[in-house]
Amino acid sequence: MSIKKTLFAPVFDNNPIALQILGICSALAVTTKLETALVMSVAVTLVTAFSSFFVSIIRNHIPSSIRIICQMVIIASMVILTDQILKAFFYDIAKAMSVYVGLIITNCIVMGRAEGYAMKNGPVMSFIDGVGNGIGYSLILILVAFVRELFGSGKLLGMTVFKTINEGGWYMPNGMALLAPSAFFIIGFLIWGLRSWKTDQIESE
Amino acid sequence: MSSDSTTKTLGVALGLCVACSVLVSTAAVKLKPIQDENKKIDVQKNLLLSTGLLKSGAVSKKEIEETYNKNVETKMIDLSTGKVSQKDPSSFQLGVTDKDPAAAISIPSAEDIASIKTRAEVRPVYFIKNGGKVTQVVLPIHGKGLWSTMYGFLALAPDTRTVKGIGWYSHGETPGLGGEIENPKWQAQWKGKHVLSEDDYNPVFTVIKGTVDSGTPNADQKVDGLSGATLTSKGVESTINYWVGKEGYGKFLTNFRDGGVL
Repeated sequence: MSIKKTLFAPVFDNNPIALQILGICSALAVTTKLETALVMSVAVTLVTAFSSFFVSIIRNHIPSSIRIICQMVIIASMVILTDQILKAFFYDIAKAMSVYVGLIITNCIVMGRAEGYAMKNGPVMSFIDGVGNGIGYSLILILVAFVRELFGSGKLLGMTVFKTINEGGWYMPNGMALLAPSAFFIIGFLIWGLRSWKTDQIESE
Repeated sequence: MSSDSTTKTLGVALGLCVACSVLVSTAAVKLKPIQDENKKIDVQKNLLLSTGLLKSGAVSKKEIEETYNKNVETKMIDLSTGKVSQKDPSSFQLGVTDKDPAAAISIPSAEDIASIKTRAEVRPVYFIKNGGKVTQVVLPIHGKGLWSTMYGFLALAPDTRTVKGIGWYSHGETPGLGGEIENPKWQAQWKGKHVLSEDDYNPVFTVIKGTVDSGTPNADQKVDGLSGATLTSKGVESTINYWVGKEGYGKFLTNFRDGGVL
């Protein structure tokens, strides 16, 4: 597969959230605010890319009996590294993200790409595949966070767009947008939209 | 040698673990000073926020340090006597020294309403000064909520019973429920409340269920409970009452009122 295809296929054609239905858990957890969603997107993209890269480098040496645990060790190291860097240089954001950075370890996308792609392909292509899947994940995350923050608190990136009633404005915030179920609805609508556009994604009955 | 032989399996596992642990520990050690600095600034920021000297947290590191150094004077207080101790303030680390066996005493369980088990004998008090006069006394406090120990600052007026502000800088309560102790709106109603009674200066602070309104008796000693977070609210109440009580900073506060501290 060409580099371009590896990079962009996961964005619309094979989106990890919308088609593979992976990584839903964090898509619910960190999307109440656009800012945390952006940081999470960057963090997941980097972790996916680098862990796929390293897994791919040693793929011919990993014994199949312990391959999952080997992938986990690499992924976990990347996540801890990301967490440490965030704490050192983006302290406030790291505080807002609290446990969610650590939970990237459990993000199915990272592991899914390591097992499904990096174990069979070269390091460079694996890296690109990781970036592509990260972008696909980020796209959905950012769209969901955009809708949730806008309708849940009338803000975008912390800046007021709709002035809420509590602050003397006119907008009555939609409290459900801040709760996890709303993310399910939004992701559902996104999948509907995507499949109406790309009809080959519809599963046969 | 095939990748699946036992020797190779062990070798790969060992090699991978060593490589990864070296990577992780190098990062942790190298970044520690920067992280500690961030933590220190964050604590100073929260102290300033609780006193109202800073209006919002969105200011530069430099500004925080400048405001802090200009307005805040730290004194170490021996809690058993309530008098100033000569100990170096930098020897005290919030959240650490209270658990250090060399510096801490254990609290009898009957007195331990904040459920913290041990506390340091000598703890800091931060004085906010304006033109040489103390305008606020800030106590570093902590106590158990539902899941976690909550760390915060309680800013009191010079009469030692009126709250000037409250701030919680570290806790692990449920976001959206107990985590609302961070909410500036909730914290705003603390201002002007009384934590000690008027006549005999006993701790009287309560976090009630529901909201405080004009019909609530002794409304000046009560703040609204956090809905869905009864145990966190209880923890907040006990924490405040413990630290302003005689087991906590009580003796110091008495001395301070009598003018015998500074």
